[in-house]
Amino acid sequence: MTPGLTSAVMAALAGVRDPELDESVTELGFVADVTVAGGRVEVALRLPTYFCAPNFAWLMVDDAQAAVRTIPGVSEVQVRLVDHFAADEINAGVGAGRGFDATFAGLSDGELDELRLIFRRKALAARQDRLCRTLLADGATPGELAPLRLGDLPPGADTDTYLQRRAELGLAVSPEAPFLVDRTGAPVSPDGATAYLRRLRTIAVSVEGNAGTCRALLATRYHAGQGVGHR
Amino acid sequence: MYEKDGERYFIVDGHIHFWDGSPENQANKYGKGFIECFYDYHRNLSPPEWVWPLDKFEKYTEQDLMTDVFEDGYVDVGIFQPTYLTDFYKKGFNTTEDDGTIAEKHPGKFVVNGAFDPRAGEPGLEEFERLVDRWGLKGVKLYTAEWRGDSRGYKLSDPWARRYLEKCAELGVRNIHVHKGPTIWPLNRDAFDVADIDDAATAFPELTFIVEHCGLPRLEDFCWIGVQEPNVYGGLAVAMPFIFTRPRWFAQVLGELLYWLGEDRLLWASDYAIWHPKWLVEKFVDFAIPEDMVSEYGQLTPDTKRKILGLNAARLYNLDVPAPVSVSSDSHPGPEVLEKPKVVTAP
Repeated sequence: MTPGLTSAVMAALAGVRDPELDESVTELGFVADVTVAGGRVEVALRLPTYFCAPNFAWLMVDDAQAAVRTIPGVSEVQVRLVDHFAADEINAGVGAGRGFDATFAGLSDGELDELRLIFRRKALAARQDRLCRTLLADGATPGELAPLRLGDLPPGADTDTYLQRRAELGLAVSPEAPFLVDRTGAPVSPDGATAYLRRLRTIAVSVEGNAGTCRALLATRYHAGQGVGHR
Repeated sequence: MYEKDGERYFIVDGHIHFWDGSPENQANKYGKGFIECFYDYHRNLSPPEWVWPLDKFEKYTEQDLMTDVFEDGYVDVGIFQPTYLTDFYKKGFNTTEDDGTIAEKHPGKFVVNGAFDPRAGEPGLEEFERLVDRWGLKGVKLYTAEWRGDSRGYKLSDPWARRYLEKCAELGVRNIHVHKGPTIWPLNRDAFDVADIDDAATAFPELTFIVEHCGLPRLEDFCWIGVQEPNVYGGLAVAMPFIFTRPRWFAQVLGELLYWLGEDRLLWASDYAIWHPKWLVEKFVDFAIPEDMVSEYGQLTPDTKRKILGLNAARLYNLDVPAPVSVSSDSHPGPEVLEKPKVVTAP
């Protein structure tokens, strides 16, 4: 057992997110177990239901494997999904570096890049919504939000995360860049802001609500066991 | 019939089951995983006094069903939605015959819906016609994620699905209930994608597409298609029980649905035996949008609740509604907070 390495593994896993919920797998309680023996690391991941979507499960297992592998001093990594209908296929596929499409040959027509992109955009919309609600609560009107620049956003964790997610999507992050942009990065006009905000709201209700549902189902499934690294 | 504060509500439960998920009927680990997944939803979202032991949940009796739904649960008419899952359960999880046998013993209490699977091709089409004839079907419940041999699902836009929907239109099977997830064909796509329902709703304006669980967990995608397709409805099974565990989120989900679809296109449902209709009816009739959300979503009226609890489903299924239960005003499509766009794309 190497305490330094264990905390490095936990830090790496904290950077792995559920692609749908846009939250860390450690925060969500999805890390069931971490074992470090010499340079060998084993991670067990668990999900809220037996039938959670296999493509999202794959992304988390694959991302966890990649995140831990880059830690100095780690010689071997095995990430195992447990208690899931496609665990055997996913564990074998990720372990062998085969790719999703090859692992589910005949059941898939491509890799998961498009899926990931769709959900990163949804997540960005939900984070935009959160910032908009803060600004509206402070007295701004929807039309007044449209001309704002990133440098006008209130400093804090919500802004930091929003900028980080924008960067991941290749959207501008300079202080002069417009804040309210659609998924292609095009600015939203003051006239269109109310309707745009209305749609952001619906996405945020969905994304945030699903995170709550997943947390609750996980707690029920594992009798409120907190998982490793859960705060 | 449910009465509260001088208001009467005709109750149509839009989604009920009579299933057998017992170990004797489970064909493999997937059947075990499926009923246990249902059970986690049941015990997570039910008030503690309504939680059953697992063995009862796996297989309950006809008497349980009749007592819970009709005697205790206030339901006037229950709509049976079959869920075959013959790859998971030896005799199927809940077939049309299971439901129809009970319905014939209790005239007037049930609507029996059937199902088809487009992967059954031409022979399946004939079999479906016999099923429609045998049970007088006015609706079907489709489970597009259903496994069949090596297949993990189908889309309503597939050519054979089109053939079956044409058959539905021809035979007067007008109500097409669709359930998404947990898998989809192909597996790399979002498992809850509702785009194929959009295609089908456009292609078959004479049919009504009731998206079960109002598209959850893709509420937003469902709302985008609902606002464009007047023949797309939302079924509230699974959304309803959040009224107890997370009432503020329930208010948001309902508020979004009323905003985008309006009060005429939502069907209340318990998803019995996952949840008991009694507490769902009582809590829904008592429910109010929290004060701080009223400016955004408006408030629920008894007429809104009456439509959702039964009148909308009664209209789709031509059910007789007793005279004292009616709405006081003409329908209005939900709070007009702002103009709804004709074509909506996600931001």
